[in-house]
Amino acid sequence: MVTRTAAPPASLAPMKKRLAEKGVTPRLLLLMPAVVFVLGLFVYPFIYGLGLSLTTDNGSPWGNYQEFFSDPYLRGTIWLTVRLAVPAVIIILVTAMPLALAMRGVGRGKQAITIILLFPITIGTVLLSNGLLDFLGAAGWVNRFLLDTGLIAQPLQLIHNYWGVLFAIILTDFPFVFLLLLSYAGGIDTAYERAAAVFGASPRQRFLRVTLPLFAPGLAITTSLAFVLAFGTFPSALLVGEPAGSTRTMGVAAYSEAFQQFDYPMASTIVMLMAGVELLVIMLILGLRARLVPTLSSGRKG
Amino acid sequence: MSAATSTSPRTAPKPGGAERRPRPSFTKLLTVIVLGFFLIMLAGVVGSVMISSVSTRWLNTWLPEGYTGRWFSAAWEEFGLTQVLLVTFQVAIAVLFMTLLIAIPAAYVLARQTFPGKRFLTILFLLPVVVPTITYGVPLATLLYRLQLAQTLPGVILINLVPSVPFAILILMPFVEQVDESLEKAARIFGARNWQVFARVVLPLLAPGIVATSILLLVRTIAMFDLTFLVAGPTTQTLVVKLFYAVSAAGFRSPQSIDAMAMMYMATNVLLLAVAFKFISPSRIVGGGAHRT
Repeated sequence: MVTRTAAPPASLAPMKKRLAEKGVTPRLLLLMPAVVFVLGLFVYPFIYGLGLSLTTDNGSPWGNYQEFFSDPYLRGTIWLTVRLAVPAVIIILVTAMPLALAMRGVGRGKQAITIILLFPITIGTVLLSNGLLDFLGAAGWVNRFLLDTGLIAQPLQLIHNYWGVLFAIILTDFPFVFLLLLSYAGGIDTAYERAAAVFGASPRQRFLRVTLPLFAPGLAITTSLAFVLAFGTFPSALLVGEPAGSTRTMGVAAYSEAFQQFDYPMASTIVMLMAGVELLVIMLILGLRARLVPTLSSGRKG
Repeated sequence: MSAATSTSPRTAPKPGGAERRPRPSFTKLLTVIVLGFFLIMLAGVVGSVMISSVSTRWLNTWLPEGYTGRWFSAAWEEFGLTQVLLVTFQVAIAVLFMTLLIAIPAAYVLARQTFPGKRFLTILFLLPVVVPTITYGVPLATLLYRLQLAQTLPGVILINLVPSVPFAILILMPFVEQVDESLEKAARIFGARNWQVFARVVLPLLAPGIVATSILLLVRTIAMFDLTFLVAGPTTQTLVVKLFYAVSAAGFRSPQSIDAMAMMYMATNVLLLAVAFKFISPSRIVGGGAHRT
């Protein structure tokens, strides 16, 4: 890191040398293209969007936000998105976390599982949604199986509604979350748990007092990312959902305001609110982590 | 998958062995149930598309009446895939080269040097990877429409650069760290100039990393739906956007030809991914960036 020692009193050393001591060398110019890129294509558009969301005909800068919250159809999209994202994240975490912890130290099988799980990430939501339409449809294999085994008398409606989108989110986000958790779990030495066991800790205590605190930082970041991913659900909500009704997520609303209604300020408003909700949830998750799980000051011996 | 049970011998035996008996079986059961359920879902989803794409007629039965390969040529004609694939590869290759041009120097400096503001810059580069595409995609697409760049090839390429550059930087940084810095110093001692060190020493040693990153970038760009969809015009649709329009307008076309197009799309991606595994460990593709947060 940069060591900020007090500048030598006789600063006769040329500027160039003093800067070089801090790490500012001509080599930093190699960063220029990337900096220009991130400012021009990421930061500026975001600021542009923020400005657009504050532009209204009637003068009040908050007009778009007031309109969003006074229109039940628009306001409702927040709840519809949360209603999909939160259960999806909980289902994914509840299944992926124990599995990732259990698979620490597994050698060859891990590689195979990783490759299999990368497959859905690679083919993407559009293809999976198309497959879900066939698989979960009225004539699909799932309903075929349930009808043939006599579990149901009528085909279940699993697509073009909430369930189709929930399935799509789980199918695309589970691999991502699991692989991230696996890489974090790999960094937790089983020696700590064994040591706790030697001192007579029960499996429950070992999990709550040793493994979980060690896992908490990775878990919190993964949960935040998983939520953000699920919250941004877009193509599956259009394809296997009911985009005008029960699965009108904020992403769908932003898209349709911008490119179907051509109301760019309202679209930007929705996007800013999306970012706001995501930020809020991330802060909540990180705050909960700090509250509930005592941090082990691992690696900081001083 | 049976390998999952081999966790147990790794953990040291513990006094009172009766207590730890159920652990391996619990692990095994969990692995079988969760991964089994997931794999059945995945196989069902992909299998439905696969079988449908080669079926003559498939209504309300476990398997179709007969099999045929004609949907593939039908889909090619119907969806004008020559043009679509041309656009797809033009976009993918342009994104690839522009990304590498921006990302290699940046990854090099970020991996080699500490400087004031490095932390801030790293976070800034990380943001486009973690922020959902639709959040920044809508304002950016709006801007591109205002600038008359939307629906054009440059517009599609520009919007695809946004997640690609940070992704490439994150993947490349560990590769730069693996290049021994003393080799660069040695080259300097022998009188090599900066650009010579970069072109003759760093780049050749970085080649495996660049190849791996390139393939992953191709996979990502071909699979990138959200952003391309926002700015693609009638003549600038990539394969995945074309697939989306076909699926969302289902009913107008035979499902088999849509599924045939889906299979062609999937085959392209799986092939590229298989090549990627020759150069990069699978766990790095997802975990690579996560470690550095």
